[in-house]
Amino acid sequence: MEERLRDKKGRIIFTKEMKQKHTILIPMMLPIHFGIMKHVFVNEGYRVELLTNTGPSVIEEGLKYVHNDTCYPALLVIGQMIDALNSGKYDLENTSLIITQTGGGCRASNYIHLLRKALQKAGYGNIPVISLNLSGLESNPGFKITIPMLRKLMSGLIYGDELMLLNNQLKPYEVKKGACKDIVDRWTKRLGTDFKNGKGYNVEQIRENLRGIAKDFSKVKIKKENKTKVGVVGEIYIKYASLGNNNLEAFLESQDCEVMVPGALSFMLFKVDNRLEDIKLYGGSIIKKNVVKVLLNYLTKIETELISAVSEYPQFLPPSSYQHIKKLVKGVIGYGNKMGEGWLLTAEMLELIEQGYGNIVCTQPFGCLPNHICGKGMIRKLKELHPDSNIVPIDYDPSATKVNQENRIKLMLAVANEKKETLLKK
Amino acid sequence: MRIGLDIGSTTIKCVVLDDKDKIIYSSYERHFSEITKKLIEVMKKLQKEVVKEKEVCLAISGSAGMGIAEKAKIPFIQEVWATRVAVDSLIPDAETIIELGGEDAKILFLKNGMEVRMNGSCAGGTGAFIDQMATLLKVSVDELNELAKTSERTYVIASRCGVFAKSDIQPLLNQGAQKNDVAKSIFNAVVNQTVVGLAQGREISGKVVYLGGPLTFISELRKSFDEILNIKGVCPENSLYFVSIGTAMKATEKIDLTKKIAELEKAKLTETFNFIKPLFNSQKEYDEFKARHDKDYVAIKDLKGYDKPVYIGIDAGSTTIKFVVVSEEEEILFSSYQSNSGNPVPIICDLIKELYEKYPNIKIKSSAVTGYGEEIIKNAFSVDFGVVETIAHFTAAKKFKPDVDFIIDIGGQDIKCFKIRNGAIDNIFLNEACSSGCGSFLQTFANALGYDIEKFAKLGLFADKPADLGSRCTVFMNSSVKQAQKDGASIENISAGLSISVVKNALYKVIRATTKEELGKNVVVQGGTFYNDAVLRAFEQELDIDVVRPNIAGIMGAYGAALYAKKHTKSESIFISKEKIETFTHKVQTVNCGMCSNNCSLTVNTFEGGGKYISGNRCERPLKKKTVAQPLNIYAYKQELLQSYKPVEGTRGTIGIPLALNMYELFPFWHTFFTTLGFKVVTTPFSSRELYLKGQHTIPSDTVCFPAKLVHGHIEELLSMGVDTIFYPCMTYNLDEGISDNHYNCPVVAYYPEVIKANVPGVKNVKFIYDYVGLHRRKDFMRKITEILKTNFTDIHLLQVKKAVKAAYKEYYDYRNKVIKKGQELIEEARKNNMHIIVLSGRPYHVDPEINHGIDKLIANFNVCVVSEDVISPYVEKFDTTVLNQWTYHARLYATAEYVGDKKDMDLVQLVSFGCGVDAITTDETRTILEKNDKIYTQIKIDEITNLGAVKIRIRSLLAALERDN
Repeated sequence: MEERLRDKKGRIIFTKEMKQKHTILIPMMLPIHFGIMKHVFVNEGYRVELLTNTGPSVIEEGLKYVHNDTCYPALLVIGQMIDALNSGKYDLENTSLIITQTGGGCRASNYIHLLRKALQKAGYGNIPVISLNLSGLESNPGFKITIPMLRKLMSGLIYGDELMLLNNQLKPYEVKKGACKDIVDRWTKRLGTDFKNGKGYNVEQIRENLRGIAKDFSKVKIKKENKTKVGVVGEIYIKYASLGNNNLEAFLESQDCEVMVPGALSFMLFKVDNRLEDIKLYGGSIIKKNVVKVLLNYLTKIETELISAVSEYPQFLPPSSYQHIKKLVKGVIGYGNKMGEGWLLTAEMLELIEQGYGNIVCTQPFGCLPNHICGKGMIRKLKELHPDSNIVPIDYDPSATKVNQENRIKLMLAVANEKKETLLKK
Repeated sequence: MRIGLDIGSTTIKCVVLDDKDKIIYSSYERHFSEITKKLIEVMKKLQKEVVKEKEVCLAISGSAGMGIAEKAKIPFIQEVWATRVAVDSLIPDAETIIELGGEDAKILFLKNGMEVRMNGSCAGGTGAFIDQMATLLKVSVDELNELAKTSERTYVIASRCGVFAKSDIQPLLNQGAQKNDVAKSIFNAVVNQTVVGLAQGREISGKVVYLGGPLTFISELRKSFDEILNIKGVCPENSLYFVSIGTAMKATEKIDLTKKIAELEKAKLTETFNFIKPLFNSQKEYDEFKARHDKDYVAIKDLKGYDKPVYIGIDAGSTTIKFVVVSEEEEILFSSYQSNSGNPVPIICDLIKELYEKYPNIKIKSSAVTGYGEEIIKNAFSVDFGVVETIAHFTAAKKFKPDVDFIIDIGGQDIKCFKIRNGAIDNIFLNEACSSGCGSFLQTFANALGYDIEKFAKLGLFADKPADLGSRCTVFMNSSVKQAQKDGASIENISAGLSISVVKNALYKVIRATTKEELGKNVVVQGGTFYNDAVLRAFEQELDIDVVRPNIAGIMGAYGAALYAKKHTKSESIFISKEKIETFTHKVQTVNCGMCSNNCSLTVNTFEGGGKYISGNRCERPLKKKTVAQPLNIYAYKQELLQSYKPVEGTRGTIGIPLALNMYELFPFWHTFFTTLGFKVVTTPFSSRELYLKGQHTIPSDTVCFPAKLVHGHIEELLSMGVDTIFYPCMTYNLDEGISDNHYNCPVVAYYPEVIKANVPGVKNVKFIYDYVGLHRRKDFMRKITEILKTNFTDIHLLQVKKAVKAAYKEYYDYRNKVIKKGQELIEEARKNNMHIIVLSGRPYHVDPEINHGIDKLIANFNVCVVSEDVISPYVEKFDTTVLNQWTYHARLYATAEYVGDKKDMDLVQLVSFGCGVDAITTDETRTILEKNDKIYTQIKIDEITNLGAVKIRIRSLLAALERDN
C-alpha cells in the first residue's frame, strides 16, 4: 500500500492528489438535503458517494469496533463506514471518509477520533478521514471549504428544508401516490445542474427557487383526510436518519399520521448563535466574532426567504423563525444550554405544540447525555405549561427492539386519537 | 357480543362481553411463546363454547399481540389504552393505576392531565423479574410471597434492572442473609423500580388500583406498594382481565372466526427474522468437533482405596459449589458440582461429612477455597488457604495448556477473562455488575420456554438459521426473543441464537475484543456454560480459532484451588476434622455496626467452635479488634477537608449549596464567596441511601448516572433545612488547567441545575439561583455574578463582590493545593514503607462515600496507599491524546495515566459510574495510554449498588499480578 502523508500527530493528510483520485464516502443522515448538497462537492471536483448500506451488518461492525456504551449514532455511522469498506465495492487504495466534527462539550466531538480508532482496529488504518467542521479543527490541503462552497452548502440546506417540509405536509394527502416524490427528485436534479452552472446560491436565485418549489407543491392534488399530526424531535442523527430510528417516519405514516420534523437550518443557526450567547454569558469580544455575525445574518436572511415562499400558499404551514423559537423557550431552559441539541430541542417541542403537533416522539440514543437535560428532563415542565401535550420519549440503541418502540408510540397515538375524537365530537 | 384478547409476554387472556358490558366468559392461559398455535386454540374454544354467530366483534391487544394482529388483520388496541378504557368504565373514581405484567410495567395517571407511562427498554421490576428472583431463591412465586410475610428486616437491592438486583441478592445469600428478608426486599425493589422508572416525578396518590398478574397473585407485593407509597391500593375483581375488557369494549370490527382460524392455520409463518450461519452443517462436522475436544482431559479415578495424601479444592461460586479431591498425581478422585441453593455452608458441610463417612481413611494434606464464598467457607471449615479466583483458574488452566495466554470462564453469574503475559495475569476482564450472557441467562430462557438447559442447548446444534439476537442485557434479550418469535423463528433457531449471543456478549461487551490475535494463541475456555457444545462452537466460530475445553470445564476453579493447596502445603492441615464436622453448627445474626457513621448493617455468622465471619461491612474495622495503622488514603482526607467548611453566621440570610457533582470540588470556592458576602452558607451531608430515596421520585431520566440522581436528594435535603436560597449554577465550562484542548464540563454536570428547576417542585418555594456562570474568565465572572446576584439581592454591589471573588479564587486554589500537598506526602510515606500506590481515579464527586461505596477504604486496607487523579495531574505537561481532550476532569485522568506509565510502584484504577456516556470514551483512551507503557488497566464500574465482592476480586487479582511482576 502507498505510504500516506501524515501530520506530526500521525493523522493522515488528505492531499491535493487524493482529491483527484479518491472517492469520499459520506454517511447518510438527511436523504433530501444530502442528495442536493452532494452536488456541491461533485461540482468542486470531488468524487463523493452517499452511503446507503443498512442492515444488521452495519450494527454488527459498529458493535465490534466502537465501545458499546458510546452513543448509538457513532456506532451506526462508524459501522456503516466499515461495512462499506468491507463490501468490496471500493478501491481501498483510493477511498477516503468524511465525518462532521462539532467541537462542543458533547461526546459527539469525538466521533472522528472514535472512527480513526475503529479503522485502525479493523485494519483500515490507511484510509484518510476528513473532518468536516467550521471551527478550523483539522486542515487538509486537498479538502477546503471555500466561501462559495459554504454558500452553496447553506443554500442546499435551505432547499432541503423546504422540500422536506412540504413533502411531509402533502405526501400523506396526495391523490396520486408519488406526486411529492417526483417534485423532490426533480428539484434535486435541477438544483444540481444549477450549482454546476454557478447558479442557485445567491439570495435572488434562492428566492426564486424556493418559490418555485412551493409553487410546484401547491399543484399537488390532495384529498382531505383527518390524519393524526405527530412531531418528531430529538438527537439530530436519530431524529433524521431512518437507519437510526428504525424507519420511524415510515412507521408513523403506516399508522395514518402526518409527520412534522423541524428543519436542519435552525440547528445551524443554533450552533452559530451559541458563540454569541457564550459571549453574553461569560464575556469576551463581540468584534472577534464578526464572522459569526455575518454568517448568522446570512442564515437568517435565507430563512426569511423560506418562510415567505411557503407563506404564499395559505394551505401550507410555514416553519417558525429561529428567533421565534428562541423566544418560545425563554424561561423554560437557559440559552447557555448548548451541548448537543441543547435548548433547541426543548424549543422545537414548544414550536410543535404551538403549530398543532402536540403529539411528539422525542427520539434519543440510549443514555444520550444532553438529552437527559433538554429532552427527558424538560418533559415535565412542558406538560405543566401545556397539559394537552402528549410526548413520548423513545430510546434507540442496538438492542432496543422495534416491537417495543412501536408499542410505545402506538400508546401515544391511542391517546392522540382519543383526543382527536373528543375534539371532533365537540 | 364483543371479544377482547390480551396476548401478553407469557399469557393469553380472553374476555367476552355481552351487550351490557357484562363478562360472560373469560380464560387465562400461558402460551409458552407459541402464540399462533395458542391463539387458534383459544379461538376454537370460543367457537365451541360461546360464539354462536358467524361474525363477532373482536380485537387483540398486548405486547406480544401486535405482530400477530397485523398478520391476521385483526384490529389491534394498544394495551395501556385498553386498560384506561376499562378503568374508566368500571372504576370511574380511580386516580392512579399500577399494572404489572410478565415483562411490562405501567402507571396510568387518570386525573389532572391524563398521563400514561410504560417501561421502555428496561424490564426491571416486572413479573419476569420476580420469577427470576424466585428461581434464584429456589422457591415458587407463591412461596416467595409466604416468605416475605415473616420478614424482619430488608436489604437494599438495586431496583433499576433485574440483572443488577440479581447480583445484589446472590452475595446476600452467600453471606447468610435470611430468605424471608430477601423475599421482602425483592418486593420493595419492584416498588422502587416502579416509582423511579415510571412515576418519574409524579406523585402516586388518591385512589390507586392494582392490576395484572403479579399484583393480583402476590399479596406481599401489594403490601410493599402500600407501605412505601403510603397509600391503600385496591385490587379489583377481574384485575387480570382489564386489558381484555378494554379491548373488548373497543372491538368494533366484525370478524368471521371460522375464516380467521383457517387463515391462521394456513398462513405459513414467514421467516423474516435476521439470522446467522448455522453452528454445524452436518453430523460429521459435529463428530469431528467432538473428537477434537475429547482430547483435553484429566483422569477421573476413585477415591476408594487411594491411600496417599489428597488435596481438597472448593470453589464457592455465585450460584454453584464446586468441590474436588485431587490425588498426588493431580487426578480427580472425587468431585461435586451443585447449586448452592442460596446458602453454601450446609451444602459444603454435607459434602465434607459424606467424604469422611464414605472414605474414613482419607488423608487430607492441604485444602484451599476460592470464589465468592471464599471467606465464609474458609472460616466455617478451617480451610488452609484462600485463593483469589483468578489465580485458581490460571493454575488449573496451566495444567491443560502450560503456555496458555488467555482464559475465559463463563459461569453462572459471571464472566471472567484473564490475559496472561510472561506467566503472570496481565489483564482481567469481569462483567461489570451485569450478568447478561452467563449460564444463568441461558438457564432462565430454557426454563421460560419449558425446557431443561441441556436439552435446550442441544436443540440449537443443528439449527438451520440461528436467530440474530444481538449481544446485550438479559432484559433486552427478552424482547429480542419475543421479536424473533413473532417473526417466526423456531425454538431451535432461538436456542442457537441465544448460545451465540452469550459468546458475543462475552467478546464484545466484556472483553471488547475484535480479533483473535487480541486474545492470544492458546485459549482455554472453562466454566459450566462451556459444557454446552453450542456455546463452545459459537465461540470458536465467532473468533475462527480452536480452543481448549477441559473435560472438567465446570470445576476448574475448584481444581485450581486444589492444585494451589498441593503446591503450598502447611506442615499440617488445619482442615476441619471428622469429629468437628459432626457437631458443626451455623448461626446467622444481623446487627448494626455502630463503629462509625456509616453504621453498616452486619451479618454475623457464628460457627461451632467460636469461628466467626462478618459480612456487610464496608471497612475492616468491625473485623479486627486491634487498631490498624492509619491507612494512607487521600479520599478520607478530602472528605475531612470538605467537612471543615462550616456555616458562619452572617447578615444576609442563608444560602444552601447541594454537595453534589461538581460542588465536590467547587464548594470551597462558593462557600468562601458567599461567606465573604455575608451569607450563612449551609450544605448537605455526604450522600446516603436515605438521602437518595428522599429525592428519587423527581428523577426524570432513569438512565442518567447515579451521581446525578443523587442531586435530587441533596436538593430535598436543603429544602427540609429551611434555607431561603439555593445556589446551584449551570456551568458549561470548568476551569482551564492547561492540560487539555478545551475545558468543558460533561453535559450532565454542566446543566443538571436545569433538570432540578424543571422537575423538583419544592424549589419554587425558595430562591433558586441556577444561572450560567463561567469561572474560567475571572474578570468577566465578577461582573456577571454581580448582575446575577443583584436581581436576587438588590443591595449587593460590585465592590463587595470583588472582595468575595478574590477570596473565593484564593480559597479554591488553597484547597486544591492542600489536596495536592497531602497527596505528595502520602506518596512519600508509601515509598518510605515500600507500599504500593494506587491512583484511584474518577471525578471529584467520586469522593462521596455513597457513590464510591467505600472502595477507597477497601483498597487502602490491602496495605496500599490510595491517592486520586487530581493529585497527580498538576505534575504532567499537556500531551497528545488520540481523542479530543476537552473535559477538565477527564484531562486529569489522561494525565494521570501518562504519569504512572514509568512509575514501578504506581498503578491506576479507574472508577466509572454506570451510565456515564463520557467514560465510554475515556476508558478506552486511558487503557491505551496505560498499555502503551505495559501497565495493567483496571476499571471498576459503580452504580446505585455495587457488588463489593467482585471489586475485591479485581483488586486482589491486580495486586497478585503486581506481586508477580516485582
